[in-house]
Amino acid sequence: MRQTARIISTCSADTFGVCSALFELGGMIIMHDASGCNSTYTTHDEPRWYDTDSMVYISGLSEMEAIMGDDTKLIDDIVDAAKELHPDFIAVAGTPIPTMTGFDFDSIAYMIEAETGIPSFGFDTTGMNTYVHGASMALAAYAKRFVKQDVEQTEHLSVNILGLTPLDFSVNGTDYAVETWLKEAGFEVISKWAMGSGKEELVNAGKARVNLVVSATGLGIAKVLNQMFGTPYVIGVPYGKKYGSQLEMKLKEAAGPEVTAMENTNGNVSAGSLDKNSLAGFDNSNDCKKKRKIAVIGEGVTSLALAEAMEMETGAETKVICVTECGKNILRGKDVMASCEEDVEEALKDADIMIADPLYKPICPDKVRFIPLPTEAFSGRIYRSEIPNLVKDLEMFVQKHNL
Amino acid sequence: MRGDAMLKKVNAGISHEGAEIAIKDAAFPSPFVSGLEYASPARGMWNIVHTGMLIPEAHEIFVCAASCLRGVVLTAAEMGAQERFSTVEIKEQNLLNGDMEELLIEGVSDIIEKLPKRPPVVLVYTSCMHHFAGCDLGMMYKELEARHPDIVFIDCYMNPIMRKSGMTPDQLMRSRLYMPLKEREKKENAVAIIGNDLPMMKESDLYVFLKENGMKIHEITSCKTYEEYQEMAESSVYISSYPSAVMGGDMLAERLGGIHFYFPLSYDYDVIEEKMTELAGLLGVSAPGFTGKREQCEKAKKEAKALIGEMPIAIDYTYCPKPLGLAKMLLDAGFNVQKVYLDAIIGEEKEDFLYLKERYPDLLLYPTVHAKMRFMAAKEPGDILAIGQKAAHFNNTKHFVNVVEGGGMIGYQAILQTLEYMKEAYLEEKDVRNLIQIKGMGCGGCQ
Repeated sequence: MRQTARIISTCSADTFGVCSALFELGGMIIMHDASGCNSTYTTHDEPRWYDTDSMVYISGLSEMEAIMGDDTKLIDDIVDAAKELHPDFIAVAGTPIPTMTGFDFDSIAYMIEAETGIPSFGFDTTGMNTYVHGASMALAAYAKRFVKQDVEQTEHLSVNILGLTPLDFSVNGTDYAVETWLKEAGFEVISKWAMGSGKEELVNAGKARVNLVVSATGLGIAKVLNQMFGTPYVIGVPYGKKYGSQLEMKLKEAAGPEVTAMENTNGNVSAGSLDKNSLAGFDNSNDCKKKRKIAVIGEGVTSLALAEAMEMETGAETKVICVTECGKNILRGKDVMASCEEDVEEALKDADIMIADPLYKPICPDKVRFIPLPTEAFSGRIYRSEIPNLVKDLEMFVQKHNL
Repeated sequence: MRGDAMLKKVNAGISHEGAEIAIKDAAFPSPFVSGLEYASPARGMWNIVHTGMLIPEAHEIFVCAASCLRGVVLTAAEMGAQERFSTVEIKEQNLLNGDMEELLIEGVSDIIEKLPKRPPVVLVYTSCMHHFAGCDLGMMYKELEARHPDIVFIDCYMNPIMRKSGMTPDQLMRSRLYMPLKEREKKENAVAIIGNDLPMMKESDLYVFLKENGMKIHEITSCKTYEEYQEMAESSVYISSYPSAVMGGDMLAERLGGIHFYFPLSYDYDVIEEKMTELAGLLGVSAPGFTGKREQCEKAKKEAKALIGEMPIAIDYTYCPKPLGLAKMLLDAGFNVQKVYLDAIIGEEKEDFLYLKERYPDLLLYPTVHAKMRFMAAKEPGDILAIGQKAAHFNNTKHFVNVVEGGGMIGYQAILQTLEYMKEAYLEEKDVRNLIQIKGMGCGGCQ
C-alpha cells in the first residue's frame, strides 16, 4: 500500500529544507510548530548545529492558540526575539497544524516586517513534502528579495553554484570540491547557495554567466535568476572525470561563445567556445555497454549525475529511482519517481545492483547487490562519517565496490 | 571536513535579561516568559519511541506527516530497532479527502500483513493532525481489533500540541506502557516498579528493601519476552518514582486491581524515611532500619566537598526530576551551587523552591529553551562541575555527570551515588560534545 513504510526511513521534510537552505545566512528561522520539529531538524538534519549560533526556533504552538487562531502570540514572540537578536531577516515556515488551520504565512511575514523593519518571509511548507520543495522555495525567495538587480555579468567565465545543502552533500568537503573543480575549469565562483557564501557574495549572483544546479533544491533559484538576468543554468554534479568533462563543456557552452576563462589554479587558461544550452542532457550512448543494471536511489539531480557518471565510468546501464520532488524534463525516460517503499520495491525488480542509503538495505531484494551511499536527507547523522565525497573520490568509490 | 571558519558566529553580545534570574526574583511555577523555543544539542532524555520499545516484542506504527515521522523513524534506526518500527504517512490529499481514518486502518493492516512475524502488541501512534481533524480514534482501534483479533492495539500519541493542556505526551506514553497487561491472579509478594525508562539500580534502598523482604520484583526494563512482561500483572503493588508516571500508575491500579504507590525521588532524609516506612506498612513488612544512614550521607557529603571545594556547580532538570531538591541538599552541605537550569518548576518542588528563595536568594535560574539560550552556551571551556547534560552544554565543561532521568537511583542511595558521580566528574574529563548528543541514553542501541 502506498504511504506506508514497513521498515525504511523517510526523507527530510520541506520545513527542514527551508531551515537548511537559509541556515548560514544570518536570519532567524521559525518553524511554526508545537514541538518536535526543532529537535528533529537540529539532531538529524543539521550537522552545523553544534558549532554555529544560527537562529532556528520553533514557535511552541499550543492547542488553544491553534483553535482560537491566535496569531498575535506568534507575532509578538518573533518581534520580541528579533529586537534582541537582530537577525538579518526573518523566515516563518509551516508545519502540518498551521496547514490545517489555514495559516496565512504571507500576511504574518508582512506584519512582522512592518513591526520590526526586518525583511521577512513566510513559507507555506506543510511538513508533507520533502526537503527539496522547502529548500528550493527558500533559496528562490531569498534571491528574489536580496540579489542585486544593477550588476553586470562578468566578462570572463563565472558561475553560481545552486542547491548546496548538507542534506544532499553533508559537510565532508563536497561543496569545496565542486568549487575547486569549477575554479580549475576556469570559472570564477560568484556565490554558493547556500553553503560557504555570505550575503555579500549571494547578492552578486547576477554577475555570473551561468548557473550550476547541483541538486533539485537549486531549481527554484535557477529559474528566478534566469528570469532576472537571463542566466542559463546547467544541471549536474561533477562526479568523475568523464562526466565532469561533459559537464564542464556544457557549462562553457551555456556561458556563451565569447566568454574567456579565469586563470585556474594551475595558471592555465582555457576558453569556453560553444553554443548556449540550459540543460545537461549528455550523450553517452556510445559508452553504455548495458551490462549490469544499477539502480541509484535518492534525490533526482545528484542521483542522475551519479547514474550518468557510472554509465560512463563502468559501462553499466543505470536507472534513477527518484524519491524527492524533481523538476520536469530532468530525469531520463528510463528513470522513475518513487514516493513510497512499495514504489521503490517495484522499481528494483530489474536491478542487479542497488546504490542507496543504508536505511534502504532492508528492502534490497536477495538477488540484488547492495552498495551503501548514505545521505543526510535520508539517514540523518547515523552514517555521516561514511558519506563519501564523490566529486573527489568517484573513481575510488567505483573501485571499492567493484563497479 | 568543512572548515569551522566558514561556520561563523552570526550574533554576539546578547544580554542575559529574560534568560537568567536570581531565584529571589523568580515566580512559581514559571520563572521565564514563554516565547520562541530553542533546542539544545543535549539529547540524552528518552522520547516516546524509546519508551514504547520497552514492551518486549511490541511493534510501533506512527501515523503522521513526514516532518513528524522524520524524528521518530531515525530514533528507531539509531537504536537499531528498525525491524520493530513502521510508518503511515499522512499526505495533503488525506486532509482534503477526509479519509484519515481509512488511511490509518488500511495502512496499519497493510504493515501488519507485511511483517515477518505477527507481533503480540502494536502501538499505534496518532498525531496532532488526527486530533485537529476530529478523527474517530475509538472507531479506528475497534476496527483494527476486529480485523486482527490476535493482536493487542494500544492507542499511543505523538501530539505535542497538547503538551500545555491535559496529560502530556510523556505522561500518556508512560501510562500506555502497561495497557497490554492482562488481569491475572495477584501474588502478595510480587511488586512492579513502573514508569521508569531506566532500570532501578540494584543498590538502591528501595530495591534492597524489597529483596530483603522476599519480594518478587517486576520491572519492564528487565523483561525479555512478552510473556515475562505479562507477569507484571501478578503484582499486588505498583511502585512509581517518576513524576510523569504517577497518572499511569493510578490508571493501572484501577484497571487491574492492586495498589499504586508513589515513591518519589528525594534528597530529603525525612521524605525518604517517611516513604520507606509507608511502603513497608503497605506491604505488611517491617520498616527498614535507618540507623547510620544519615551519618553515612553526611560523611559522604563532607568527603565530596573536601575534594570538590569551591568549584562552581550547575544542575539541570535532565539529571533528575528534582533539580531544586538536589540544589538544596548540596547548598546546605556547603557546595558552591551557582546555577540551576529548568524551564518550569513542578508542583513537587514548590517547597524546595521557596526554601531556596529564602536561604539562597542569589542562586541563578536559567531556562533551557529560551531563544537567547542559543547564544548563552559558554564559548570557552568552563571550570565548572555540571550535573546533567544541558548544564554541561551551556557551561561547556568536561567535568560533568552524564546521567539522565534520575539514572535509576532512589532513597539514600540516590544521595550517595550522586556524590560519587560528582567526585568522578571532578576528577575525570568527559567528551561533552559526543556524549550529550546520543539520543535516549541507556536505551541500549543508540550511537
